[in-house]
Amino acid sequence: MLRAIDIHDLTVGYNRHPAVHHLSGRFEPGALTAVVGPNGSGKSTLLKAIMGILRPMDGTIDLGGLRAGQLAYLPQQAEIDHTFPINVLDMVTLGHWPFLGPFGRVGQVQWAKTHAALAAVGLVGFERRPIGSLSAGQFQRVLFARLFLQDASVILLDEPFTAVDTKTTEDLLRVVLEWIRQGRTVVAVIHDLDQVRTNFPYTLMLARKPIAWGPTSTILTPANLDTARCIAEAWDQNAPVCHEKS
Amino acid sequence: MNWFVNIFVAPFTEFSFMRHALGAILSLALGCGPVGTFLVLRRMSLSGDALSHAVLPGAAVGFLMYGLSLTAMSLGGFLAGLGVVVLAGVVSRLTPIKEEASLAALYIISLALGVLLVSIKGTSVDLMHVLFGTILAVDDPAILLVAGVATVTLITLAVLYRPLVTECFDPGFLRAVSKSGSVVHLMFMALVALNLVGGFQALGTLMSVGLLILPAVAARFWAVQVWSLSLAATLIALASGYFGLLMSYHWELPSGPAIVLTAGVFYLSSLCLGPHQGFLSRLVPKKHLKN
Repeated sequence: MLRAIDIHDLTVGYNRHPAVHHLSGRFEPGALTAVVGPNGSGKSTLLKAIMGILRPMDGTIDLGGLRAGQLAYLPQQAEIDHTFPINVLDMVTLGHWPFLGPFGRVGQVQWAKTHAALAAVGLVGFERRPIGSLSAGQFQRVLFARLFLQDASVILLDEPFTAVDTKTTEDLLRVVLEWIRQGRTVVAVIHDLDQVRTNFPYTLMLARKPIAWGPTSTILTPANLDTARCIAEAWDQNAPVCHEKS
Repeated sequence: MNWFVNIFVAPFTEFSFMRHALGAILSLALGCGPVGTFLVLRRMSLSGDALSHAVLPGAAVGFLMYGLSLTAMSLGGFLAGLGVVVLAGVVSRLTPIKEEASLAALYIISLALGVLLVSIKGTSVDLMHVLFGTILAVDDPAILLVAGVATVTLITLAVLYRPLVTECFDPGFLRAVSKSGSVVHLMFMALVALNLVGGFQALGTLMSVGLLILPAVAARFWAVQVWSLSLAATLIALASGYFGLLMSYHWELPSGPAIVLTAGVFYLSSLCLGPHQGFLSRLVPKKHLKN
């Protein structure tokens, strides 16, 4: 279960413009890493590349023998139709998909796990609520419960605590820390630097190119934060072709 | 009691062509209910409409080669519909153009081509048959075709149910856990094409989408879950077929428009009377709850 994610000289982007430029490094197995950086610095792009949603322009991502389908992923803006007639219980139960596939029967064991997941995220009593009636925080709890059931060894979270109140953040953070205790690898895009300092042992700072990667206390320095902001703000529409090799 | 039998039962006991028509339209309704429900839930009502036009050139080629043969026209129509669906899917995946834009572009080409092909050889009477249908001439093979369509539809939907529901409301999740998204989407669109072709002789290419969309939209005012929506849509489709045929018989109206208009009446009355956010339920606001 314990495998590292190795990233070697990775460049990913859109229309030939790199959003992540020559990134190399390793997400250690069982590590809790925050990805920080200004808007437009390539954080979401990195997660999408790891998930295999975006194809690298250059470089490689080694998932240590896992397939992208075995990773759990919480997108920043899930393309979910909130008007769709489905209730919380059914939506969370979809988290069993990696084990049941499209046809497997949801048995007593699975239902019990579903209820345990709902309890873990504080949604007991919401089982029959249609997803359209949930608040943003409640909906984030639903998504976490579903991730919970996917039982993945690597979990990628894109801005999991944005637009969520303090109480919900605390509850969901507790779930994340429990995942780490179980030996799972978690990579989360986070904007709240205080939260990173308090809870995340490792940090990757991105500004399209990597600024720094390592133990959080050595990364979140004023100098690094300044560099990140300056680089991310500079954008050249007519950039020349990159021949750099790292 | 006599008048009741005269109006509602006698047409079918007296005339075998009415029994054939009833068999065909009721079978069609069984498949159209759930397929239409998913089409509406996927917000693809207009894409379904576009697809119904795309079926025409295939049917026209069948007509040009074999005359008014149901088998040739249905097979041609299905292949044309499938071709447009696949092409629109490919274009939307390889270019920035959205799927409904590709469908709209392809269907109008397809429709123009179809009308051109029919006009080359056929008379305008033939064109009217293809466009508006002739349910009162349904023969045994036609009933078998429609019953086959309904059977294939219901079995496929039962098998695809979980991925299809997931693809409808959270395609990103399906993509993350499985590679079946595109296949499920294509198979569903193939089912839509199949049902359009099934409705082809009964209602004509232009109106076959009516029995898919109208009952499904009407159902949204009566039910709130996928299974109950499908059930409500199927019941409305069955009733539309039955009453539409009766209207067509008693008042000597063309059957296609009669059936679709009956479905339209169900839709409009659901819009007004439906308990789930119909107009009437808005006029009588319920008191709010304590918590």
